[in-house]
Amino acid sequence: MNGLDQAPIVYKGSGLLHIAVLIKQVPDSDDVRMDEETGTMIREGAGAIINPLDLHALQEALVIRSLKGGKVTALSMGPSQAEAALREALALGADDVVFLSDPRFAASDTYATARVLAAACEKTGPYDLILAGEKATDGETGQVGPEVAVMLGIPFSTYVSRIEFHGVDSVVVTRTVEDGIERQKLLLPCLLTVLRNINEPSMPTLSGKKAARRAALPVQGLDFLGLSPDETGLNGSATRVVKIFHPQIERSPRLFKGEEIWEGIKELLEELESRGILGKAVLP
Amino acid sequence: MRRGSPSKGFLVLGEIRSGCLHSATLELTSKARLLADNLGIEVSTLLMYSEIDTEPETLVHYGADRVLCVRDDRLSLFDQEVHSKILCRIIEEIDPEIVLAPATTSGRTVMPAVAAMLGTGLTADCTELEIDLDTGLLLQTRPAIGGNIMATIKTPERRPQMATVRPRTFAIPAPNPDRRGRVTAMTFTDQCFESRIKPLGHERFQEDNVNIQDRDIIVSGGKGMKKEDNFSLLRELAGLLDGGVGASRAAVDNKWIGYSHQVGLSGKVVAPKVYFAVGISGSVQHLAGMQTAELVVAINKDPEAPIFRVADIGLCGDLFDIVPRVIEGIRAREGVSG
Repeated sequence: MNGLDQAPIVYKGSGLLHIAVLIKQVPDSDDVRMDEETGTMIREGAGAIINPLDLHALQEALVIRSLKGGKVTALSMGPSQAEAALREALALGADDVVFLSDPRFAASDTYATARVLAAACEKTGPYDLILAGEKATDGETGQVGPEVAVMLGIPFSTYVSRIEFHGVDSVVVTRTVEDGIERQKLLLPCLLTVLRNINEPSMPTLSGKKAARRAALPVQGLDFLGLSPDETGLNGSATRVVKIFHPQIERSPRLFKGEEIWEGIKELLEELESRGILGKAVLP
Repeated sequence: MRRGSPSKGFLVLGEIRSGCLHSATLELTSKARLLADNLGIEVSTLLMYSEIDTEPETLVHYGADRVLCVRDDRLSLFDQEVHSKILCRIIEEIDPEIVLAPATTSGRTVMPAVAAMLGTGLTADCTELEIDLDTGLLLQTRPAIGGNIMATIKTPERRPQMATVRPRTFAIPAPNPDRRGRVTAMTFTDQCFESRIKPLGHERFQEDNVNIQDRDIIVSGGKGMKKEDNFSLLRELAGLLDGGVGASRAAVDNKWIGYSHQVGLSGKVVAPKVYFAVGISGSVQHLAGMQTAELVVAINKDPEAPIFRVADIGLCGDLFDIVPRVIEGIRAREGVSG
């Protein structure tokens, strides 16, 4: 599949934007277990939240909707309990949600996940803008966003800390990179992955909470997307987990307090010296 | 045993930022050399730039058999669409077995796009690479959940095998000026430079904002710093050690310091030589962002703070008393040795 050879989706230009937000449910804390066989995470039983970085993508979509008018649809692929993440998206103000859940999606790598999300965007779109968080706080790959964009044949940008609309068919984004900021202009439709500093997520509204409780959340699977079982889950994944292990970080913590502080500072200075960090500076 | 043919070698995506060759390019080229020798295959390093501060030949001294140079004025500003198209064309042309790139913002942008174009797998942010001598496959090991779990991943069928590698993971050996290799200029049609993205500009940060992931020493402050002004104490300590200033999420949420300084799962994951956690109690999400540092020093008034469990040296007391004493101690030593 070569995204460059695909005909791009034509921007609707109606003035009302249809914005998609890609959301992932992630474990809430460190009580994560792994399936030692497949090397994938066992999410059942663990507390789960919307990936904190995706909340910024959703918030940005809501801000754009309030400024430009339009509709915000949140999409998520996950096990049955990921429904809660989409209900939360509704409570926060999303107009619509698409819940993608099928046993045949299980154990997808980023490539197979992107296939499902791209197919879902095609099926439920067209979208003028697709937003996602920079990365999920569990897998930390940041790969799904760019992969979805290529599969849809649309331009994309990453590490976005500001989005401004220019006319009806383009955005100017500010990217925060290692040594500074970059500005880029992209034609719509496009996909952007956003950083945490783009906005402050707001709290759910009362009407949103009501809507979230009442909403029927149909589960969409492989058949809805028109994909074959070879394209999703472990079958559709290009990578395989060979093994997982807990890293051994060898430390013998030493605590200095009260009168021992001087001794601790002396110890610290000696450590810095033995590592070549002190004793190389040239004083003016 | 399946072995790659010599033509199916390693391809390293070099990184040139504002005309400067990033050290990760040397690091990955030397690492690829070591791994390629297991398989008897070639290493090619690709450089895309408008200007460069280093002779491309230098990469040969670090282990490249071929340096592929794409020099074009249109490459002065980063455009992920153009970079992805060129990398994709080169992969189609030289048919590498393995493609490596630094896990920088640009590597982590271009590589997933190219992996999707080629329909192959990609492993993000690896910290270990090995060749499985039975299968010839690249074993890609990466941390997940902030280093609490490590996963080793392979790409068994699809090609090329692709990985981004966290910069500063591997030592860079001394260059060998006697090594021989080829430097090849590559040209591309205008169509490769066509893009739906228009780069408008690049503005460099002030020195204080230099990426903390590139620092050997990081001095981070948390809730215990109490207010923005008190970060000057940490800047002073960091300045003495030529380090950078980091922060916990609490400090960033209080707007005492910018988000680019945040260490943790929702900020940056760092692995410096020395990490100072000052007034940071050590939430799971913070620990996950710094626990692989070589030496961890914690300064906190609460002896029960979780940060002390991962600190090689824990100094329990008032940070406003302890930090100045540390600064004084460093000054005294530097005075003697300088």
